[in-house]
Amino acid sequence: MSVHLLVDFGSTYTKLVAVDLEKEEIVGTSRSMTTVKTDVLEGFNLALEKLEKAHPDMGEITAISACSSAAGGLKMAAIGLVEELTAEAAKRACLGAGALVNHVYSHHLSKKEIKELKQANIDIILLAGGTDGGNKECIIHNAKKLAEAKLDVPVIVAGNKDAEDEIDEIFAAAGTEYYIVDNVMPKLRELHVESAKEVIRKIFITKIIEGKGIKKAEQKTGEIIMPTPEAVLQAAELLAKGHEDEEGLGELMVIDIGGATTDVHTIGRGLPKRTEVILKGLQEPFAKRTVEGDLGVRHSANALLSIVSPFGFRKYYREPDAEEDDKLDDDFFENGVKKRQEQIDYLPESDEEKAFDRALARICTDYSMSRHVGSVEVVHTPLGNMYYQTGKDLTSMKYVIGTGGVLIFNEDAKAILREVQHKSDKKLELRPTDSEFLIDEMYIMSAMGLLGQKHPKLALKLLKRHLR
Amino acid sequence: MHTVVIGVIGADVHAVGNKIIEHVLKKHGFNVVNIGVLSSQEDFINAAIETDAKAILVSSLYGHGEMDCKYMKENCEEAGLGHVKLYVGGNIVVGKQDFKEVEARFKKMGFDRVYPPGADIEEAAEQLKEDLGSP
Repeated sequence: MSVHLLVDFGSTYTKLVAVDLEKEEIVGTSRSMTTVKTDVLEGFNLALEKLEKAHPDMGEITAISACSSAAGGLKMAAIGLVEELTAEAAKRACLGAGALVNHVYSHHLSKKEIKELKQANIDIILLAGGTDGGNKECIIHNAKKLAEAKLDVPVIVAGNKDAEDEIDEIFAAAGTEYYIVDNVMPKLRELHVESAKEVIRKIFITKIIEGKGIKKAEQKTGEIIMPTPEAVLQAAELLAKGHEDEEGLGELMVIDIGGATTDVHTIGRGLPKRTEVILKGLQEPFAKRTVEGDLGVRHSANALLSIVSPFGFRKYYREPDAEEDDKLDDDFFENGVKKRQEQIDYLPESDEEKAFDRALARICTDYSMSRHVGSVEVVHTPLGNMYYQTGKDLTSMKYVIGTGGVLIFNEDAKAILREVQHKSDKKLELRPTDSEFLIDEMYIMSAMGLLGQKHPKLALKLLKRHLR
Repeated sequence: MHTVVIGVIGADVHAVGNKIIEHVLKKHGFNVVNIGVLSSQEDFINAAIETDAKAILVSSLYGHGEMDCKYMKENCEEAGLGHVKLYVGGNIVVGKQDFKEVEARFKKMGFDRVYPPGADIEEAAEQLKEDLGSP
């Protein structure tokens, strides 16, 4: 028997999934706290012990693959020219590679912005700007500013190819670590992120995990091949597309609610469904990921309360059809939030506390959906009403899959996912309307993304078997 | 090769003339960035910034062009595109008006060239070459 072990060094937990390659089944899973501050292998060994104890007849581990989002994950800054065009394209490249992007800059970098970058503790900078043959003055200016700043952060240059040679000289002379790749927006509104993503992953594997103290794990686990969010995105893509004669599920969405962030992945074109709808803005990636840094059920719980206010919170806390409950005062919400923020590994016991977690997760789902999906705007023309669509039309998504601790361990997870369809009162959002909900009960999405690198068909089979 | 941005402004969906303009300008050796119909001033300006365009050619056929083009020159200047040539053409005003007056109004709004309904795009292409000089 040969077992492939899949490891996810998460921000809170190190999670293991053991897959028997011959029997084509999951032997077992286990987890332990991530111990990145002392020695990341402590947590790994503990989890492995647990796994071996629970499954003493588990076969020999012949291969290990790992992904990581520990020690803050991969933090990137995206720089472009026009906010809605190359800056957005650069941001999407970072997100697609599994990064967290809290800093996005457009046009000429100012001193203030350079200072911000210095203090931001960024792992990689992605520098874009201009279509091929288009504006090169701005990206060259920004390259000079970055070179002068001596940031000690690798820079990936993915802008106007006409500016490449000059930027090459600037960074070489300054001793900046830099990589020149294809333009993220070679033609107006055309998105091209693959080559940037590839280099991001390469830098992540070789350098970033070392700085975060995770490199040590490689003695045991072999190369850590990607950031966890990218593994989830790859699993989602595999599940949607299928592999050889094993059919996929078609267009789908994955919502991953974590302690600090909420990720939404959609696989699908999301093109307009009607002829009178005209698509606006930058091209959308087929596999799209957005991540919300202010939506999470532990580290970010306080931010949630300020987004919705205690009054709004009540709506999410109540059972969908229940009457208004005046007994709950604002302190109840504030204390609940505080408790979760202080104790990030808190697990709810009572029904009341479980309902509280559910409310937090519902807010995360509703708001992350609002920011992920496209929307339509009506334009009145002499030829009748026409519609602009920005972003993806996800109304006919077939499946919505939930993952992340709060969804997996909540008994009423599908009630949380139903927020996906929550009608917005602000604009015409193109949310899924009639999808089937599935839960990643065994918490295997990221593991299957890893397994899929070598055994795509098996990973696909296991995903189809275990998502319910 | 000079880059020019073309498109149809406002809530106007006339797509055929837009394609003809693209075709002719390409034949004349321009790098044409066509942002298509239903385009806002912002779309024109953003496209011109990223592609380093030397001219913006605005089309309008539905009669409301004058409103859609209001402050376009000022917005270009605001975006650092003061040097970019601005052309406009089509049925750009409401009803039938004396073209001399229309032209004067649009020139005052900051447009460099103004074309009446049925203007020949070949002619405009020649004038564009004249205005932009050799690349």
